[in-house]
Formats: sequence, structure tokens, C-alpha cells
Amino acid sequence: MKKIIIPLIIVTVAVVAIVMYNSNRSSSKNSDSQVAGTANQTSVIKIDGSSTVFPITEGVAEEYQKENAGIKVTVGLSGTGGGFKKFCNGEIDISDASRPIKSSEAEACQKAGIEYIELPIAYDGLAILVNPENTWAKEITVAELKKLWEPEAQNKITKWNQIRTDWPNEEIHLFGPGVDSGTFDYFTGEIVGEEGKSRGDYTASEDDNVLVQGVATDKNALGYFGVAYYTQNQDKMKLVAVNDEDETNGTGAVLPNYDEVVKGTYQPLSRPIFIYVSIKALTKPEIKSFVDFYLANAGTMSKEVGYIALPDDVYSLVTERFKNNKKGSVYAADTEKGVTIKELLEKEQ
Amino acid sequence: MGKTTLPTVSFHFKEKVIEASFFFCSSLCIFINVAIIAILVYESYGFFQQVSIVEFLTGTEWTPFFYEKHYGILPLFAGTFLTTIIAIAIALPIGLISAVYLSEYSGTRFRTIVKPLLEMIAAVPTVVYGYFALLFVTPMLQNIFPNLASFNALSPGIVMGIMIIPLIASLSEDAIHAVPLMLREGAYALGATRLQVVRRVLIPAAYSGIASSVILGISRAIGETMIVAIAAGGQPRLTLDPTVPIQTITAYIVQVGLGDAPAGTIEYQTIFVVGASLFVVTFLLNTVSYLLRKRFQHAYE
Repeated sequence: MKKIIIPLIIVTVAVVAIVMYNSNRSSSKNSDSQVAGTANQTSVIKIDGSSTVFPITEGVAEEYQKENAGIKVTVGLSGTGGGFKKFCNGEIDISDASRPIKSSEAEACQKAGIEYIELPIAYDGLAILVNPENTWAKEITVAELKKLWEPEAQNKITKWNQIRTDWPNEEIHLFGPGVDSGTFDYFTGEIVGEEGKSRGDYTASEDDNVLVQGVATDKNALGYFGVAYYTQNQDKMKLVAVNDEDETNGTGAVLPNYDEVVKGTYQPLSRPIFIYVSIKALTKPEIKSFVDFYLANAGTMSKEVGYIALPDDVYSLVTERFKNNKKGSVYAADTEKGVTIKELLEKEQ
Repeated sequence: MGKTTLPTVSFHFKEKVIEASFFFCSSLCIFINVAIIAILVYESYGFFQQVSIVEFLTGTEWTPFFYEKHYGILPLFAGTFLTTIIAIAIALPIGLISAVYLSEYSGTRFRTIVKPLLEMIAAVPTVVYGYFALLFVTPMLQNIFPNLASFNALSPGIVMGIMIIPLIASLSEDAIHAVPLMLREGAYALGATRLQVVRRVLIPAAYSGIASSVILGISRAIGETMIVAIAAGGQPRLTLDPTVPIQTITAYIVQVGLGDAPAGTIEYQTIFVVGASLFVVTFLLNTVSYLLRKRFQHAYE
């Protein structure tokens, strides 16, 4: 009898551990849905959409809630597409978007009778960076970036001269954000052609300071970051100009400095980001006051979280647009590449 | 008189409760270990439902989060192996020489001062070692090897070696010190020099103790997390080149732990399966070390 007791205790402990472990996991899932359930009872502003816009919206929401106790702002991150789906179903008041609304999405909104105002709030930009001692890589084409970062490059493209023959026969050390990052989605979407499609053999970190450290001290490094991280570490890294081989939006290779981003010529690695506000939701006074607050703070907040603020005159145009209840999007299917937000907004007026 | 009239039933009951609580405390550690193993096995089982064990053990690419998913643990093992070898290459000679010096050459006063100081190195938090490797050792090494990447296996390996020196020095010193005086005196009587005594008598006699300390050091290096997570990079790669970024098993677990892999997915299960692999390796090493130490204890009793 005694011989059985010890194995019996061990098995019991093991089973109890697994059962408790599983119940912990499922209860943490339940608590998420409870938050969503109780959220309807107080005055709530519901926002969802792009994970890229999330940091700005989240920052603004936090500040707003500090000043307006009793109003709750929930910010989700279902992605731009997921956000628009909910938005056109009337489930949320504001949709965060890292691109203009697509015509298919606009149709869905129209069918459901959802009207909206489109408000650009900042620019998102990515920089390609190398070590200051790197004397060869001054510019790179989008095709070369694709060759370097696509999944097929994994364990195959490992040296600089495999990208351009006059670059050195040395190993290339790649640095980039991890898969949870919006920057990762944006880069892979624009460069490789499908969001999330990337090689995996690079130093991936969600902590941008690790990436800065990596590129700043490694002669053979190449990395991509949000532009803001370069601005804070200009002496440690060197920008690589990007050539999209499309002459309609700026000729040759372009550096991601403020002017080029605002002009819309640093393509495809810069883009305006938006919020879409439902007209129906604007009947609630707290939504109007929140959007006013958002537009007043978007510039500071976007800089704070690492994006590029719109020029001040563009913010006034955007505020004007909101005040005048201008419905719909300024982007049409035939909108040319390289047109600035300012031109689009002015044309509309 | 009053004391002896305590009812015997209550007395026995008290005794039982105390005994049970002692049993509980002493076995708590074992229970926790059993629980950990159970969860590792449970999640690993889920993982191996989807990935064959052959692919896991022999695959040469580790990219569970990327577009082309590969689940070969070899790159992570290579990273762990590489940093561990470097650490031991540093810690074994320095640790052993320190042990010999402290035990045979230095005076008693020196020894009573230096040994606790040496053990204090072990009290430095590993996160401090990590940044020491990244921000001090790596730039220093880059002056010597200009091609050294900023994240590499060499610098954290060396720093891990420094961290393990006291462990090896202290345990080996105990082993050498414990060699009976008789053996030493016998050797000296035959006209052997001090170095000859150390090389031909003491080290062979204390061999199992020294080997056990080295194996404990190896298992410490394999399980070390913070230093490699900070200074070795985050790129699983199958290489033995110490100058390029690599990733160890432990650093991978940290990386995934910091991200948001949803529970129940295969990405989430990977941290348990590599954790289980790590556990198996350190468990085997610790067992070997234990057996060696047991032999060393028996030898001269």
C-alpha cells in the first residue's frame, strides 16, 4: 500500500496543476469579455482599428479621460480592415485607419447607412538604417529590399554583395521589429507585398532601443525602424535613401526627412494615418468633444509616440473639415500618387 | 503534576498536525517541481501533435513566428552550446588555478579574506552582467576584432565565464582541500615539488569534485538567461561563429514571453517545448554532477 502512495501523490499533484493551469487560462479569457459587457452602461466612446494608429489614439484617450471623468474611451486594435468592418456595422464610433477607406469598405458603409468624416492625423514613416561606418549602402531600391527581406531569402541572402555586386563580400546582419509590431506589418505589406510575409532569420525585437543599439555598433548591420527612432539617434546611425523606381512621385532615391514625407515623395515607406468618425455618433456631445480634443493634441501626441506630425496649416485644414462636417473621403480610386494631404484638402474647399 | 494530565488524544493529534506540516514543507519543493514538469509535458504534448519530433530535433531553422514556419531546435541549441563552451573555456582554467592557489599556495589569512570576496562575484545580479557584456565588454572586444557584431556569442560567453568562476573556484577548492594530508605529505616526502604535488596528486585525487563543479558550472551557463537575452542578440542561427548575433534557448523564451503569443497556439507552445528540452539537459547534467560528488565523498571516508 505504501509503495503506491508516493506515485499517487505525484500523479495527483500533476493533474491538479494542469487543471488549475487550464482554468486560470480560461478565466483570464472570460474577464476580457466581461469588460466589453459592462462597458455599455456608462458613457463610452468606442474606437477600434489599426494597430499603427493605436498608440496615438490610446495616448489621446488617456489624456482625455484624465480631464473628463465619467467618460470611458475603449481603444481596440483589430487592424484597419477589421476596424472598418465594425465601423460600417455601427459597432464603434471612431475607426483608426493606417490607409484611406477602400471603395469596397465605403460601399459597405453606404449600404448600412453609416456616414463618416475622414480626418488625417499624422504621418507614419519607416527608415532604413545602417551603421555610420557603412560606406557602401547610400541608397537601395524597393526591389532590392524585397529580395533581402522576403521569406525566400531566409538563409540564402546573407551577404551584402548578393544584393548589389559592388557591395562587400561580408555578412549582412539584419535588425527589425518583431511580429507583434505594426511597423512589421507595414514594412512587409509594402516591401514584400503581403503583411506578415518576412524572412525570420534576423534579430527581431519589440524594443526599438535594442535595434538602435544593434545597428549603431555593428558595421554590417541593416535595420528598419519608425522614423522617430532615427530622429532621436541621428549621430549613431545613417539613413539609406529608398528608390521606388517610380518617377511620378519624386525622382531617384529619397531620404525620409520631414519635407519628403510631407510632400508624399518618400514612397512607399511613408503614409498618412487617419481616424474616421461616424456622423451618427457625433450626435453624442462627448464624441464631438473627444474629436476636438484629439485634433488639438494629435501633433504633440504623434511626435511623442514616434510618428511625424502634419504641418500646422494642415491641422487647421483638418479641424476646419471636422467643423464643417465634410462627409466622405478625399481619396478617390483615381487619386494620383504623390499628392499631398494639403492639396487634397484644399481642392475640396 | 498538571502537565502530565493533558488528554493523550489531543497530544497525539497535535503531534500528527505538526508532523504533517513538516512533511508538507519538506515536500513542497517536490510538488512544485512535479507541477512544472506536468505543465511542460502537457504543453509539449500539444506541440508534438502538430510538429514531428524528428523535425523538432533535426531541423536547422527556427522561425515559428514567421511566414515560413520551421521548428528545428538545432539553431537554439547551437547558440546555447556556443555561449556555454566559451563560458567554460574562461571559467575552468581561471577557476581551477584560483582553487589551487587558494588551497595550496596562499596563506590562511589571504584565503579567509579572498574566498568570501570571490564568492561575492556570484552575488552580482545577472542583469548587471548582461549590460556589462553589451556596453563594456563588446565595445572593448570590437577594438581587438573589428568584425565583431554588436550582438554576438563571444562577449556574453566571456561574461558568463566570469560569473561562473567563483562557483568552480569555490567547489574545486573544497575538493582539493579535502584531499587527506597524508597524500600530500607522502608526495613531499618523496621529494616532489609543489607543482608536481598539485598536478600529479591533488588534481587527480580531487578529480570527481572538480568535475562535478565544472558540470554545475555548465548547467548554470546553459540555464543563464539575462546575460544572453541582453547581449547575444535575437537571431536563431545554426553557427559556431562567436562573432555574429545568435539566440539561445533561454533568450528565445524571454523574447516570446515579452510578446503577445496567444495562449493555446503553437507559437505559445514552442516556449514550453524548448523549456522542456532545456530542463532535460540541465537535469541530466545535475544528475551526473550529483553522482560524481557522491563518489568524491565516499573516496576518503
